[in-house]
Amino acid sequence: MTVPADAVSGRRELVAGFVQRHGALAVLALSVVTASLVFESFASFDNASGIAIQSSFLVIVAIGMTFVIICGGIDLSVGSVFALGGVLAAYASRWGTLPALVVPLAVCGAIGLLNGVLIARLRLAPFIVTLASLLGARGLLLSITDEGASTYLVPRESSFVEIGRGTLWGLGYPVFLALALAALAGLVLQRSRFGQSIFAIGGSQDAAAMMGVPVARMKVLTYTLSGLLAGLAGTLNAARLGSGVTILGVGLELDAIAAVVIGGTLLIGGAGTISGTLSGVLLLGVIQNVINQIGNLGSSYQLVTSGAFLAVVVVVQTYLSRTQRLH
Amino acid sequence: MAEKLQRYGVYAAVAALLLFNAIFTDNFLQVANLRTQLVQMAPVVLVALGMALVIGTEGIDLSVGSVMALAAAVVPLYLGFGVWPAVAMALAAGATIGLVNGSMVALVGLQPIVATLALLVAGRGIALVVADGRLKQIKNQELLALGQPAVVIATAAVIAVVVAVMLHRTTYGRQLVAVGGNRAAANLAGLPVRRILIVTYVSCGLLAALAGVLATARLTASDPSSIGTLMELSAITAVVVGGTPLTGGQVRVLGTVAGALLMQLLRATLIKHNLPDSTAQMVQAAIILVAVYIARGRTR
Amino acid sequence: MDSVPLLSVRGVCKRFPGVLALQDVSLDLPAGQVHALVGENGAGKSTLIKVLTGVHRADEGEIAYDGRPVDFHQPKQAQQAGISTIYQEVNLIPLMSVARNLFLGREPRRFGLIDLPRMNREASETLARYGVHVDVRKPLRSLGLGAQQMVALARAVAIDAKLLIMDEPTSSLEPREVETLFGVVRELSQRHISILYVSHRLDELYRLCDEVTVLRDGRVVHTGPLAAIDKLTLISKMLGRDLGGDGVTKFTHDRRAALPGPPQLRAEGMDKRNLLHDISFEVRRGEVVGLGGLLGSGRSETAKAIVGALPVDRGSVWVGGRRLARLSTAAAIKAGMAMLPEDRKAEGIIADLSVRENIVLAAMPSLHRAGLVSRRRQDQIVDVFMKRLRIKASSPQQRVGELSGGNQQKVLLARWLCLNPRVLLLDEPTRGIDVGAKAEVQALIDELARAGLAVVLISSDLEELVEGADRVVLLKAGAVVGELAGDQVDEHAVMGMLAHG
Repeated sequence: MTVPADAVSGRRELVAGFVQRHGALAVLALSVVTASLVFESFASFDNASGIAIQSSFLVIVAIGMTFVIICGGIDLSVGSVFALGGVLAAYASRWGTLPALVVPLAVCGAIGLLNGVLIARLRLAPFIVTLASLLGARGLLLSITDEGASTYLVPRESSFVEIGRGTLWGLGYPVFLALALAALAGLVLQRSRFGQSIFAIGGSQDAAAMMGVPVARMKVLTYTLSGLLAGLAGTLNAARLGSGVTILGVGLELDAIAAVVIGGTLLIGGAGTISGTLSGVLLLGVIQNVINQIGNLGSSYQLVTSGAFLAVVVVVQTYLSRTQRLH
Repeated sequence: MAEKLQRYGVYAAVAALLLFNAIFTDNFLQVANLRTQLVQMAPVVLVALGMALVIGTEGIDLSVGSVMALAAAVVPLYLGFGVWPAVAMALAAGATIGLVNGSMVALVGLQPIVATLALLVAGRGIALVVADGRLKQIKNQELLALGQPAVVIATAAVIAVVVAVMLHRTTYGRQLVAVGGNRAAANLAGLPVRRILIVTYVSCGLLAALAGVLATARLTASDPSSIGTLMELSAITAVVVGGTPLTGGQVRVLGTVAGALLMQLLRATLIKHNLPDSTAQMVQAAIILVAVYIARGRTR
Repeated sequence: MDSVPLLSVRGVCKRFPGVLALQDVSLDLPAGQVHALVGENGAGKSTLIKVLTGVHRADEGEIAYDGRPVDFHQPKQAQQAGISTIYQEVNLIPLMSVARNLFLGREPRRFGLIDLPRMNREASETLARYGVHVDVRKPLRSLGLGAQQMVALARAVAIDAKLLIMDEPTSSLEPREVETLFGVVRELSQRHISILYVSHRLDELYRLCDEVTVLRDGRVVHTGPLAAIDKLTLISKMLGRDLGGDGVTKFTHDRRAALPGPPQLRAEGMDKRNLLHDISFEVRRGEVVGLGGLLGSGRSETAKAIVGALPVDRGSVWVGGRRLARLSTAAAIKAGMAMLPEDRKAEGIIADLSVRENIVLAAMPSLHRAGLVSRRRQDQIVDVFMKRLRIKASSPQQRVGELSGGNQQKVLLARWLCLNPRVLLLDEPTRGIDVGAKAEVQALIDELARAGLAVVLISSDLEELVEGADRVVLLKAGAVVGELAGDQVDEHAVMGMLAHG
């Protein structure tokens, strides 16, 4: 069934698909090469491993965000949940390593579950539900830290810190964990029925329901996953820092969303990849690193660039999908 | 029932809270305390009014907090030319952000939440770049005068009246509600839908910038890194609690003011009774969800 | 064929607030039969489909499926029972690959993971049987609509459907794609899959279907073998009361004489890919021109194109002898055109606003002083029109959403009449409103034409069209197929032209 119009849209589809899938990777490669040429200190193993460990937490959060956004939603609570996870982990580490892992995951998973139920069962708007839980999670965090006054330290002898600080081949454990999770998430997304359901829901919720996808259950699962991953990232961060820092995670949700969208995931849902998200996070990490290398520039440029990237990417996405729809 | 609750619930809640405090809280109904409450809620009212207009068009503006920061950052740069040029520049900055938001929504056709998200991120970055990331003390007496309680409260009150008049008595206001209520019908009736949307986002940006200027004057410092954080949430809360549905087509100006007042009184009440800020946040979160749930029950 | 039909519908009724959407509907569908379901807008076709697929539940009556009585509460139950629906707008996921769409929810797996190579291979093979040869890894939306339709069909058959409901499946297909679809439908019928085929393209029905059921106003007005009924009779069953019956419209029967002068409205060469083909006609002052045709003939699209609400590829519009520089709703209104849209709720009223505001919506720009709304001038206008059109509302402040359909329609008419238009386009002005309001609206159309307006009237009520219009322009598949004027305008002539034109 080939007619000329199809051929045209096919070519456009190809270009759009390439930009969508590999745009972030191309920009990433370009910035790495440029940075290496301009800054001597950039292309060193130490610097690279630094970027890697700093990015690993955001990668974990962004994986959850990728699922949520593909599913057609948004999760603004991950920054608060991340911070809460860290504080809970540090608090629970006094009882041993296992509680330090289980307690934050249980609480953060529960917050994600609550988000999911409110969104999928009561059909409230995702952004407002997760804005409320952003507030609620931060309130919870403050209430267990004497209004943010006390910082729980992980006992020095605890093996919990090892999870965050240990290294293998010069790279921190969290880097490997983030990569493993990314690989697993990619597999789930592309090769499991759960992953297919998420794409279907984000692509067209009504059609997905007509095709027999259990929409509500899948959405609940997705938001729970996002809460769990944000909590896990916070936990790892606490292990690395050796304490539960209460002021972390503000604005982290925006970094995660930016990384996901820059990585080619459609903000309106229905399409996206974990590998793109990985490129998006690393791109933000490299930009941050370069801004630090320049020295006299504040971290504010980071916000400007990621915001600008975000705007450009969404406008381009809209333009591409519109030209496709016309055919 | 749900409709009545959505419409008048906020006034009943404000009255109940005032009654509770009159009985159980010492010195609550004194002029000094009430004035403090009003001053604190004034910036939220300003931002929430702009937000209410945007929500009336079936939109949302997440960038308001960043606009406040930008306004705060711009003001000190131009104080050398006098206070009014400085304020004008801050407002112009807010209007510009609104113009970008509005264009992305009306011309590019982006979802409002997506379009304004980009400026939520970039806006604060721009503000910090403009301010060089530093907190600046404000010494200009004329600007500080704008931060006096009477001025702040009066400004918010006047703006509320202006917005109400604009909404109910001007062609633009009625067209705004029509666009939010049924865009296809508004289009068929020949309304300039795109222009209306852009003007609305610009108004929202202007009001947020004004809030940023007043908050800066009140703070006696320009602090673009912290001013207006989570303001989008407070503003949306005030609007939704005030009975304006997120689905557009209706705007309740008085309800929005009452919504802001309710959240302010609630926080004050909790604090006066020695409940910590964390509790206040969690209660606020719960109230938002309840308000959205009630509104949903009506629109479905 | 089995003696017990696969699907048997008995005496089904379905009520919605204020409307009886289905009355005592019965239908038998033996295995392997291709059964046509026809009727104009609002006849109850979609309600019947929704009842069969579990979207709505019948208020009365029984449905037996596969020999057992069934009562579906959810679409999922109907699907699991083997009833699949293929809608006009393909209900698949455009961004997902063709293969993933085909297999969603029943993907072949290996070691717990989806076996992509096998899935893609099987998808290619399956689709090849439907004459679709594409790269199944490409997103569904990169396919033409016909191919997408085939994917939907293949999916339905693959999930063991016994009954396929096809709702206007050919409306956006190219002729060649239609042929492929027909081939597939015939093959499915030979495999004892029953098909309920909903379409307004009568030629297609005669080529494909065994039996036909005609719905009108929620009732079955005819059911039987298609070969036993000719096209003219079929159309008369769909459109009219019985032939020769006397009219009950409020239109005066004498034709109006068009006023002299140049045509008030002239549309020329309106062209839109797949929708409109070179449509031209004109309307003079004081004349009511009916746009006739079956559902899907391009009636509404023509009206929308003229007032700039539907972008066209080519074509020009002249009002009062002057050509519109560009086609936009604002330009159309400025030139003195007004259109009453077909879908009152979605495109007409703004339910949350008051009667007053809905009436003055379009006129607002001319009713202000320095940007401020002039309440006094608004009140005058609202008052005049509420009286003139006898709009029944508790006050001008009442929400329009609370009014009856007839009064909502009058509010919309008032919105346009207060602009003093020169040309009025009315798309189904009396659909879904009660008899009294209907008569009032019809009388008003008469009155407006006498006062010198040029009126375009679209109606699927044949009687309304024939008695209300001085001239009828007939459309079929987006093109003008004929015109009737003066004494030629009667139901026989219209139906004859639609059947054979």
